Order: sequence, then C-alpha cells, then structure tokens
Amino acid sequence: MTTVEELVSYEDALTSYDPVMGLEVHVELGTATKMFCGCATTLGAEPNTQTCPTCLGLPGALPVVNAAGVESAIRIGLALNCEIARWCRFARKNYFYPDMPKNFQTSQYDEPIAFDGYLDVELADGEIFRVGIERAHMEEDTGKSAHIGGATGRIHGASHSLLDYNRAGIPLIEIVTKPITGAGERAPEIARAYVAELREVIRGLGVSEARMEMGQLRCDVNLSLRPHGREMFGTRSETKNVNSLRSVERAVRFEIQRHAAVLGAGGTIVQETRHFHEDNGSTTSGRVKEEAEDYRYFPEPDLVPIAPDRAWVEELRASLPELPRLRRNRLREEWGISAHEMQSVLNAGVLGSVLATVEAGADAAAARKWWMGELARRANEQGVEPTALPITPAQVARVATLVTDGLLNDKLARQVIEGVLAGEGEPDEVVAKRGLAVVSDTGALGQAVDEAIAANAAIADKVRGGKVAAAGALVGAVRKATRGQADAAMARRMILERLGVTE
Amino acid sequence: MPGITREEVAHLARLARLELTAEELDHFAGQLDDIIGAVARVADVATEDVPPTSHPLPLTNVMRPDEVRPGLTAEQALSGAPAQEQQRFKVPQILGEE
Repeated sequence: MTTVEELVSYEDALTSYDPVMGLEVHVELGTATKMFCGCATTLGAEPNTQTCPTCLGLPGALPVVNAAGVESAIRIGLALNCEIARWCRFARKNYFYPDMPKNFQTSQYDEPIAFDGYLDVELADGEIFRVGIERAHMEEDTGKSAHIGGATGRIHGASHSLLDYNRAGIPLIEIVTKPITGAGERAPEIARAYVAELREVIRGLGVSEARMEMGQLRCDVNLSLRPHGREMFGTRSETKNVNSLRSVERAVRFEIQRHAAVLGAGGTIVQETRHFHEDNGSTTSGRVKEEAEDYRYFPEPDLVPIAPDRAWVEELRASLPELPRLRRNRLREEWGISAHEMQSVLNAGVLGSVLATVEAGADAAAARKWWMGELARRANEQGVEPTALPITPAQVARVATLVTDGLLNDKLARQVIEGVLAGEGEPDEVVAKRGLAVVSDTGALGQAVDEAIAANAAIADKVRGGKVAAAGALVGAVRKATRGQADAAMARRMILERLGVTE
Repeated sequence: MPGITREEVAHLARLARLELTAEELDHFAGQLDDIIGAVARVADVATEDVPPTSHPLPLTNVMRPDEVRPGLTAEQALSGAPAQEQQRFKVPQILGEE
C-alpha cells in the first residue's frame, strides 16, 4: 500500500519554490492529576487503573478544571511572549473515535488562553530567527490504542483494538505557530531548532519533562510551497506525530521535495494528513478524508469561563525563569567555552546537571568533564540518561573538589563515582570506606618516608653513600606502607632530600 | 432567516452516526426547523447589550488543586465494557478493509 513518491532534489525544489511551514506542538503537562478530574497521571501504570467516571465519559460525571494546568498554560504563554486572555472558555470538539470515550475532546476553540506571541530561535551559525506564535490553548490527551491482529501493531488490517484510558484526560497544551515564511532553504533546520528551543523553554519552566521519545512533546508539521514571489500560500499537507528533532527536520525536507515534484509535474497537492516513517524519513498519505472535518465546536456547558486575574498573571510573568537561549549564552561566556562545546553539553542533555554541579562549588571545566566523560559513559552503558544516574550534582561537585584539592587523582575519583553510583554513600564516605585518598600531603607522606628510612637503615646508608638507585626500595616501602596511594615521584624526591642526595 | 435544511439534517445524522430513512429525514427536518425557529426568537430580545452566555451561573475560575483523588479500579472501569482483553476495553475494527 506504500506508494513510492516521486521526489525532486532539495536544491531544485528550493530553486523553484518558497516553503511555508506551520508547526503544531502538543505538550503533555507534568501535573499530578488530569486536566478535568483528580485521576493520577503516573507513567507506566497498569492499564485502566487511573480512570474515573469523568475521564471515561460516564453519564452524569462532571469535569472540574485543574488549577495547575491553567497556571502552566499561562506560564507557557508568557514564556512565548503571548497575550494572556482576560476571559476564555473551553469548547467541545466533537468526533467519534475509540480513544476518546466522551465522544468529544474538551479543548479551546476561538478563545485560547494565550495568543499572539513569538519565540526567538538561534540557528547553528548564531543567526536568530523569530517564529511567530499564533496561540497556545488547553486541552486533554486521548487514551492509548493497541491494534491487534494486523502487521506490527498497525491499525490497517487489525481485527480489533484495545484501549487503555490512563492517558485520557491528561492535560495538553497545544502550541501553534503562525505561518513561518522566509525560512527558504533553512526551513528544515528552523523547524528543528524551533521544536528544540520550545522543548528547552518547557523544561526550563518545569511544566513538563517534554521527552519526545515518551510522547510528552509531539509535533505536527504543516507544509506548503508557493512559487517565488507569490503572496498566496499553496495547499498544505499535515504530517502527524513527528516525534524526534531529527524527524522534524527530515519530514520538512521530504515534504518540500515531494510537493515540488507534484507541483513541478503539473499536479496539485491534496490537503491531507500524512504519516512520517522513521525508518526511511518518508511520509505517506493518511486516510483520505471524504469530507471536510466538522467538529461542531461549542462552548463547554459543564465548565465556567477562565478569567485569569491580572495581578496573578503579572506575578507569573515576574517569576519566569531566564529564557534558555539567553541562559545558554550567559553560561557559555561564564564558562569560557565555545559554541560548539556548549552544543555538545546540550546534546548530551547535561546542561542542568553541569550547572547544578558548578553551583554546588565545582570548577566549570571539571563539572563539564565529569558529566560529559565518566558519567555520560556510565549512563550510556546502562542505557539511561546521565541525569537518571543515582548521583547528585552536589556529589559530583564534591568529587571534583577532592581532585582539585589533590586528595584524589582522576583514577581514584572514578572509583569514588563508582562507589556513589553503587549506593555506598557520599563521596567522602566512599573515600573512607574504600580507603581511596591520595597520600600526597607532605604530612602523611613525610611520616611514611621517615618510617621507611628508619626501618631500612642499611638501604638508607647506601643511598647516602651515593647509590641513588637503591632509593627505589625505599619508595617501594613507602608505597607499601600507604597501600599504593603515595605519589611515587614525590616520595622519591622526599627520600632523596631527607638523605641529602641529589640525582 | 434561521432554519435547517433537509441536507443539513442528513449531514448531522451522518456525523452522529445515525442511520435515517428518507421518510425520517423529511420528518425530522420539519420538526427541527420548527424548534430552531422557536429558539431563534431569543435573538429578537438579545440585543447588542446582552452578551451570549454558555453557562447559567455568573461564575468564573472554578478550579481544583492538583491533588490526586481516588478513581476507579480497573475492574470497576471495565465493568460496563461490552468486551475486554488484557485489562483493556476491546473495540471492533476501527478502519474497514481498504
């Protein structure tokens, strides 16, 4: 059923046409409860254990708005430089689909809580591109379907489907851009950068973890082409559920090439939804709609309007965190690293951890080194994010400080980290329990040297007599006494000094 | 001129997944047209200074704190399901063969 699409080269497509994009991003909020009922939102719960009459759409059940959902929506709106509605309502979007047990989605229609904003996006070469925000509105997620009997869980060919409504009713914020024009050949890069930046904004606000691989942030890509110089937009396609940054970029690129091929051959673009395929980066036609969608939106009669108090909105505005882009640039300067090095930190997903480690007293270079090196390596081995490792930034900072103070070398520090990860306690406890401290302070080392000389008087005499090579035995004795933690070169220097010999 | 046509009733019936015969369409179109005509009289008195309302009570900002409340067990949730499998609601084929 998958038909191979004709494509023209990306360069040729851009020679003839100007792309226009519209990006719709759904963010699943990290609230403890659903948008309209008090059901838990815990990930990974057993199927249908987090439901109630409201989110199952049982007769007579009434919704009540989650205050934290509204607050998150306003904060997102403010972070995206939006106006916040003085008064707005929820609306019913009516359609029949098994993942929506009420047979309507509670959403917002012509009265979104936030509208008319923008997000400045920094591209790889440092250029800033402003993406206009049309609106951000509140709605709810659907249940999760599993399709049985078809090939690889696809809905096509399935004999029946199984529904888990744990996710039904979880708060969603849908963020819609204005038509993005003027992107030209950088459209795929801009789309990716926008979604990446939006994800950082969401994470910075702490309203969602926004993990795309978990479906907490999902992107629909609308794209159309118009001949250069034409004002009117072409017919668009809507590629649904593009769920990684790389896929966003690829989907835009593919659709530009596909549209150009269709238009170039004298054809017309069908307004339709399309599916993105991760494996080869292509899109295929979704079900062709027999008629235009008719959701018969009307104001939700079971909920009263939301009229955010202006003083509250201003309070929320004043407490917004620094924008991620500005914060990144500030930290980059403070840490004295290149844009490329900063990008590596971001790509590794450890910016917050490095920052927290620096704030806990570590040197920025050391904090970066541990998170990007040893911890990233261990996380990779275990197949988890570095931030998920059972070690806190404060603990990493302590290890870094022990190294700076000369109490640990890198090799021993790695063992301390291993101990902390293994649940052996704080870094200092691991050092004590495992006996890991480097013995290089002259006090402890000096004592060991003195003892070694006293215990090996004959050898010491030989050294005094000029047989410098014999000092090796004394160094060995010192290292033995300190269980290998003495710095050999320093021990040797001290032995020779005490015996009045130079090399 | 308010009112509803037979075509609009047929469209709504399709959206509502109601199978109506030609006679029923004629019948309901006439009835619905009468009802809408009656309700439309509200527009005669609702002038510019009367804002449209979607709720009878003059309330705003009715919200609850983000605190988990006990819901249904999976068994309770599924108790009204015509069919179930793997602790999930079992529904018939969503897409027909194409």
